[in-house]
Amino acid sequence: MELLIATAIGGLVGSGVWLLLRQRTFQVIIGLSLISYGVNLFIFSMGGLRVAAAPLLADGAPGDLAAYADPLPQALVLTAIVIGFAMTALLLVVLLAARGLSGTDHVDGRERRPRDDDEEEPPA
Amino acid sequence: MIAWTQHLLIAPILLPLVTAASMLLIDAARQRVIAMLNVASTVTLLLIAVALLRLAWQSESAVSGVYLLGNWPAPFGIVLVADRLSTLMVALAGLLGVASLSFALARWHRAGVYFHPIFQIQLMGVNGAFLTGDLFNLFVFFELMLAASYGLLLHGSGAARVKAGLHYITIGLTASMLFLIGVSLLYSVTGTLNMADMAERIASLEGDDRVLLEVGAAVLGVAFLVKAGMWPLNLWLPGAYAAAAAPSAALFAILTKVGVYVVLRLSLLLFGDGAGASAGFGADWLLIGGLLTIAFGAIGALGSQDVRRLAGHCVLISSGTLLAAIGIGDARVTGAALFYLVSSTLAISAFFLLIELAERGRVPGADVLAVTMEAFGPREAPPSLDDEGAGIAIPAALAAVGIAFVLCALLLAGLPPVSGFIGKFALLSALVNPSDPSAAVSVGRWAMLALVILSGLAVVVAMARAGIRTFWAPPERTPPRVRVIEFTPVAVLLALCAALAARPAPVFDYLQTAADALHAPDDYREQVLAALPAERRALGSGESAR
Repeated sequence: MELLIATAIGGLVGSGVWLLLRQRTFQVIIGLSLISYGVNLFIFSMGGLRVAAAPLLADGAPGDLAAYADPLPQALVLTAIVIGFAMTALLLVVLLAARGLSGTDHVDGRERRPRDDDEEEPPA
Repeated sequence: MIAWTQHLLIAPILLPLVTAASMLLIDAARQRVIAMLNVASTVTLLLIAVALLRLAWQSESAVSGVYLLGNWPAPFGIVLVADRLSTLMVALAGLLGVASLSFALARWHRAGVYFHPIFQIQLMGVNGAFLTGDLFNLFVFFELMLAASYGLLLHGSGAARVKAGLHYITIGLTASMLFLIGVSLLYSVTGTLNMADMAERIASLEGDDRVLLEVGAAVLGVAFLVKAGMWPLNLWLPGAYAAAAAPSAALFAILTKVGVYVVLRLSLLLFGDGAGASAGFGADWLLIGGLLTIAFGAIGALGSQDVRRLAGHCVLISSGTLLAAIGIGDARVTGAALFYLVSSTLAISAFFLLIELAERGRVPGADVLAVTMEAFGPREAPPSLDDEGAGIAIPAALAAVGIAFVLCALLLAGLPPVSGFIGKFALLSALVNPSDPSAAVSVGRWAMLALVILSGLAVVVAMARAGIRTFWAPPERTPPRVRVIEFTPVAVLLALCAALAARPAPVFDYLQTAADALHAPDDYREQVLAALPAERRALGSGESAR
């Protein structure tokens, strides 16, 4: 399971970083979303990976730490998800405003000069 | 029964939260009511901050107050901690808040609907980040602060702001991700998020755990250094600060200091002498990064066409000087750096306000302002906002603005007779006189000494050029019309700098005590962890009475 989680986090963050460095605002926002998924998984895994373990003490269950999942990273992830979601929504609004004001979805608000080779179509 | 002074500690967070929430319930057309609420809350915040500062000043111990949220004792519950440094920063934030609000009330606050609630949330985030004693709570307050700063940066709208905002938000979000990775790594190794508790556990870490801890701390540090503006993580800063409306930029002067504050607090608390093999972790990087930041800021200041960008580079010079001083890790240098921090924050904030006054009449931003006002403004007919109608002209407004500009230049460059000189002089003197008299003055110290002096020269040159362009401009330009409410905050901030220069001794004593406490964090650790919940304390005293 460690390998699976590590691969998932690596894949998400890796793709996210690649997208983040692209020049279209939409790619940047998808990249940020992917990174934040990866980071959320990462926080989750920092409490130790356990299958079918509850984070709460229950009657009759052994009073041994090994039988429980760490509740704190779960709380942290919840907070991080909420904050990340709100920030992404805000960025989306700014992205739309930038598109409206500059007429392009390039992150710098203007297209690169045509002599730079650019595999992408300029926006209509 | 907890003394009321203890509850005062949570007021800098609760008050703006409640005010912002109640502002949202009021019809947005009733701008006057909302503005009055904002003024009342911001002024009260400043008074509370001054009261907290007084308590810290009088307190014998390092920590003047620990507030247990939810009445859970320290490593289990979240704590707020007031010590000399954090109360000083809260007071500084309150001061900048009042100044930029007063400036905004003249006209900027009408450029968008939600200026006042966002302003309050900004203050809440900053205060929370200064007062919290818990790493994850620090993340939450950081995000609050950033979210509000996104709003304030975009205030007034316009293509330039939206473009700068897009970059700023993307950088901010990426830094937040690094913050989360760092915090969770630290948690996985130490099993706690409370800063004091974490500091206690670091000494006993072994082998791989220590490596992970250092990796976590480094990732976390990068997140703060982005905020503090260390080179090469600061390329967003001049553009963003130049694009922001004057009152927003004046308030943003405290945001970079939040990054510096956290780096100062955490590096000395977690990696002080008690940290075993990790003691002093990252100090060299801070020193080198700080020096490069000073150099970058100085070159940028010389190369700035626009006065706003020049101010942005002054922010970088200030951050770089502080980070390098933290990297040196000497209590005397830290004390002097704190004085420099106070003086430079006030000066930069005043400078951002002043730029708008000085450039009024030739900046096309006023048109943008009018457009957004039509789109978002209150339903009542907005009063005329062109320069002619902006208020009664102060006689010789240009002279007043010019004198203020000269003062700002002296402060930022560190020339006598104002407080910038005293701050820099103290810093230089501490650099060549190490606390440990037997130690030689290291290369890093000499390099910092040279760079601080050279950056001062660069600022003088850049400011002189900007001043000539602005004030000795061809006479066809109409002199700026300045309202009293706009000039007063600039004058007050500069007067405070002058007061700092006139009576530096008590402030120095206070800051040196604060710096000594930071360098000997055992008291902080013990007092935070020893704080007892209110009820239990009552029970305990009851039992002892029996």
